[in-house]
Amino acid sequence: MSVIYVLLAISIIIAVAFFIAFVFAVKKGQYDDSYTPSVRMLFEDELVKENSNKQIITNKD
Amino acid sequence: MEHKTCFHCGLDSQSNSITFDDKIFCCNGCKTVYEIFSINDLNCYYDLQEAPGATPKEIEGKYDFLDTKKIIEKLLDFNDNNTQIVTLYIPHIHCSSCIWILENLNKLQAEIGASVVNFGNKTVRITFNSENYTLKSLVTMLSSIGYEPYISLEDFETGKKQIDRSLIYKLGVAGFAFGNVMFLSFPEYFQVEGFWLEQYKPVFRWLMFTFSLPVVLYSAQDYFISAYKGLRSKILNIDVPIVLGVLVLFIRSTAEIIFDLGTGFFDSLTGLIFFLLVGKFFQKKTYAFLSFERDYKSYFPIGITRITSEGIEESVQVYDIKKGDRLIIRNEELIPVDCILIKGHARIDYSFVTGESEAVSKQSGDKLFAGGKQLDGIIEIDVLKSVEQSYLTQLWSNDVFKTDKENAFTSLTNSISKHFTIAILLIAFIATSFWLMTDSTKALNVFTAVLIIACPCAIALSAPFTFGNLLRILGKKKFYLKNAVVIEQLAKIDTMIFDKTGTITANKETTISYDGTVLNENEERLLKNTLRGSNHPLSRTLYNLLNKNDIITLDHYQEHIGEGIEANYKTEHIKVGSAQFVGYKAEISNLNTTVHISTNADYKGKFTFYNAYRKGLSTLFNSLKTDYDLAILSGDNAGEKENLTKLLPGKTKLLFNQKPEDKLEYIKYHQSEGAKVLMVGDGLNDAGALAQSDVGIAISENVNVFSPACDAILDASKFNQLYSYIKASKSAIKIIKWSFVLSFLYNVVGLYFAVTGQLAPVIAAILMPLSSISIVVFTTIATNYIGRHLE
Repeated sequence: MSVIYVLLAISIIIAVAFFIAFVFAVKKGQYDDSYTPSVRMLFEDELVKENSNKQIITNKD
Repeated sequence: MEHKTCFHCGLDSQSNSITFDDKIFCCNGCKTVYEIFSINDLNCYYDLQEAPGATPKEIEGKYDFLDTKKIIEKLLDFNDNNTQIVTLYIPHIHCSSCIWILENLNKLQAEIGASVVNFGNKTVRITFNSENYTLKSLVTMLSSIGYEPYISLEDFETGKKQIDRSLIYKLGVAGFAFGNVMFLSFPEYFQVEGFWLEQYKPVFRWLMFTFSLPVVLYSAQDYFISAYKGLRSKILNIDVPIVLGVLVLFIRSTAEIIFDLGTGFFDSLTGLIFFLLVGKFFQKKTYAFLSFERDYKSYFPIGITRITSEGIEESVQVYDIKKGDRLIIRNEELIPVDCILIKGHARIDYSFVTGESEAVSKQSGDKLFAGGKQLDGIIEIDVLKSVEQSYLTQLWSNDVFKTDKENAFTSLTNSISKHFTIAILLIAFIATSFWLMTDSTKALNVFTAVLIIACPCAIALSAPFTFGNLLRILGKKKFYLKNAVVIEQLAKIDTMIFDKTGTITANKETTISYDGTVLNENEERLLKNTLRGSNHPLSRTLYNLLNKNDIITLDHYQEHIGEGIEANYKTEHIKVGSAQFVGYKAEISNLNTTVHISTNADYKGKFTFYNAYRKGLSTLFNSLKTDYDLAILSGDNAGEKENLTKLLPGKTKLLFNQKPEDKLEYIKYHQSEGAKVLMVGDGLNDAGALAQSDVGIAISENVNVFSPACDAILDASKFNQLYSYIKASKSAIKIIKWSFVLSFLYNVVGLYFAVTGQLAPVIAAILMPLSSISIVVFTTIATNYIGRHLE
């Protein structure tokens, strides 16, 4: 009978959890820049190549 | 000829190209940047985008002010022990390569930790270890790879900016509550009778009540505030009926669940506020990388070099400059104060301040005004007035800059809202009194139902979505508007005033005509080679215009500052310069810029420089002339008058030698006669006029460089499209009027249910989103249709 209370509680807890996650995301500035991340995620491949070597020459310029 | 462009910056590298690593570069600067990148294995920079770079500029001594502790502290976002974080504005950020290289700065400099680019704002936030690395070396390093940050007095004043995210929070809260309330009220939509539902009804209803509380108290805050402000100044703005609807919805719903009369309208309530906030969010399209609020502060440097009485150079903050200080102004630096020239050749470009296109030469002892840009080497000056008291900065103390145009304007929505509110209240009272006589139990029910259903959600949404969408469309066409109100104001314009230099003329182009004796081949070659050595802008323009010739080594070459150049080659002698300099007497007064030529003391002729007008100027003016009053206000002399009268329609008023204040007064005068004035300008000298006008548009050859405070920025290449953009804003007003008609129809249907006393929550819950969504769809389709017809 009272299973409805359990279900309601669960559904609201989940909803509130998502809401809190949203508030945190906004607070951390994830909604401030909606364009750059879409470009940044395409860079992954090039970066892997970078990690290989060339630490010594870095300070040259 | 083969077409060659620089591998780094994409500029034409026809004349002097450098080949390195099988790639062509236009100059050593570009080559150096390429070298830096290739040594550090950052060649991907060139793979992501073709020729993404910029030529690094000479910055010797320019950033010396970054040695001053006080200035550094103001610029840093974070400073603790050895970690410093700074956010720099870099105008050159324009493509994915830029993001990539700037986020890999740690490959170039080990001291740099993380760097994060915000593409929309054109900023990069850099974390670095300050133990053996300074902000100055960071800025110098960025400049050396072509990403010179722009640091102005404005950064010094504002310091750390707070980002306002409250609208996102409010939208989030409303959306969250709307979804949950909808979900909870679902069982009752179908009015399933039965023991099970009856038992749990109160739980569901009180949950809905709890969800709607933050929506009414927090998300709808702005509407309450705006309605209160409106009522206090005796204006019935659109927020008044909205707030009325929200309050009635909330109170009636709460009363219904307390007395167990029904479910209430919490679903409609939360949905209404959610949709309204979505509209607000959509309209709030801003071009973060453009600033519409600029005053002189964004042009001025933060620091300048001062010479102490002991002769030591030190960096000093601009506001600390006192009368009597001795300052050094370097090449390409802006003079921040009114002063007297002491040492050096001053060639000052006042185009910022006066609109005068030619740079003027000054001798020591001459007075220089703030806002001028030194073009020729280093000068020393004595300060006459502090920054705030200088001639240029005083323009900003004019009251025009303190009034807010947006608030003074009654928008279409608000003017309709006035009649709307009165009509709704009338209907509500008439219906209530009718029911009081027939069935008094239903009277209150009907009264609240009318106010609920008439809540002007669709009306309030039509303007934000139409304007928001048009704002985006125009932005794609390189016409950037400050906000949606500008579109409405643009549609009402009846007078257009244009600045001349830089607005209807193209900055970099001039047309040159020659009259006099035709030069023979030898003379032409000599002329070309003489001009080759000179850095004077007129020489450069003329040089680029003449045909190619062999390069010869001149036997003698001398430049007389402010007069001209003379050169010898074998037996031939040439003089290029002012009329006096070449010994030409007949010239009385010519307002146009001219360069005279004489060879072997024999007068040959003169080159006259005319402004090159923007493409389509004549056509634009001719299409405007029937609907608008046109005028040209120029800070320049009347030299172009004849030319302009030929080009432009006869009724165009032409006024020359206008000071910034004159332009402002001219607009003020026309406004006092009831005209709605559009001002199109470009420089700081138009700033007052742009602020005074109803709509101020700044023309910009490159939207990334600075334009004065204005309502809209128009890319110079789209100048000839101005009329079609204005027509588009007029059509936008028409769309809004049609969507008003549409939402009135919905209201009539809703009012039928309300007045007859049969408004069930489910009807409200269907009608409200339906009307809102159909309005949004209608306005979006209609504005896109307009957008497709724009060039």
